[in-house]
Amino acid sequence: MEHTQTLQLYGTAGVRYNVGAMTRSDVQLMLDVKAGDEASFNLLLQKYRTPLVNFLYRMVRNTGTAEDLAQEVFLRVYRARKQYSPSAKFTTWLFRIATNLALNSLRDNRYRQMDVSIDAPVEEDAAPLQLPARELRIDEKMIERDRSEFIRRAIAALPEKQRVAVLLHKYEEMDYGEIAKILECSESALKSLLFRAYETLRVQLAPLVSQSVANRAREGRPS
Amino acid sequence: MKKCEDVSKQLIAYLDRRANSAERHEVEEHLAACSACHERAEDFRKLWGVLDEVPLVEPSLGFDARIRARIAEEPRRGWLGWLVPQPRLAFAMALLLALSVWMARLPREGNVAGTEQQDFEAIKDLGVLENYDVLSKFDALSEVPVEAAPTDQPAQPVTPGSEQQPTTEE
Repeated sequence: MEHTQTLQLYGTAGVRYNVGAMTRSDVQLMLDVKAGDEASFNLLLQKYRTPLVNFLYRMVRNTGTAEDLAQEVFLRVYRARKQYSPSAKFTTWLFRIATNLALNSLRDNRYRQMDVSIDAPVEEDAAPLQLPARELRIDEKMIERDRSEFIRRAIAALPEKQRVAVLLHKYEEMDYGEIAKILECSESALKSLLFRAYETLRVQLAPLVSQSVANRAREGRPS
Repeated sequence: MKKCEDVSKQLIAYLDRRANSAERHEVEEHLAACSACHERAEDFRKLWGVLDEVPLVEPSLGFDARIRARIAEEPRRGWLGWLVPQPRLAFAMALLLALSVWMARLPREGNVAGTEQQDFEAIKDLGVLENYDVLSKFDALSEVPVEAAPTDQPAQPVTPGSEQQPTTEE
């Protein structure tokens, strides 16, 4: 059964997007693509280009590489349309391809490596196009950009499997069964993996977590 | 009450509200009694808020155009495609057929050559094989050990002494 409910897990959801709610007709769209309907492929492209590019960007931390890999994912989906059979959710298939490509890309060392220290200097390509929630002053923008970069680096410093698990759980809001299929592990192993990943991030991002609480307290908001 | 280690596996599912009621009850019971796990759970909630701060990256404007151009470059199936729906399978079958034909021809040619060679050797040694004098004086035959009596001959009665001291005849 398709999982269509969006879970409200996190307090600040200004930058979130929802993949889960759009999956209902994905299988049908892909079957239409299989039958030769190019328009259905365009719909899938529109739905998943942003989630895919963001997932891949968080994996490889390079916008150009992330786009190239996202293109390759869509191309592989298109090439495999004739052999497509709806045995699993479309997103499971899509993100499994994306995960494999991203991991291969990192392992082949063709693209910039992510195993950098959290304290390493900011890379030139580390500032992607952003969607500011409100107009910020320059100093506020710089602080926010630094915070984002700090968070990105902490995620990037996680071991590969933990990184994929966190990205799919936190940002794609996939259920455990789906993530376990993509990572080819049991749900129990996945839960342990996620716990270890979040525990690492809790330590690495402790200054931001406490800062966030302090800011909320100063603004009179509940934490 | 469950140990901290056991609860850690259920903690994420509890916080993202995907745990079932039994698991939820177990975790809540543990959190009420364990301040360390309670603090960790609170930190995880705050952490997820921090992770939400990362802005989205938008694909470039030419993203769709690029993928459509690449798809347009993909080879289209012509009339040959309908005739041969699976090119790899067709190629494999053609290869198998060619291999079968080659294998079928190979042994026959080898046998012919082998037979000719054997005939030639036999003709070459014919003079020796037909010369009885040469064979009768062939000392090598006398050195061949005598085989035991064939089993189809009637069995001789065994005497008690023969078991201990086998007789030899020169």
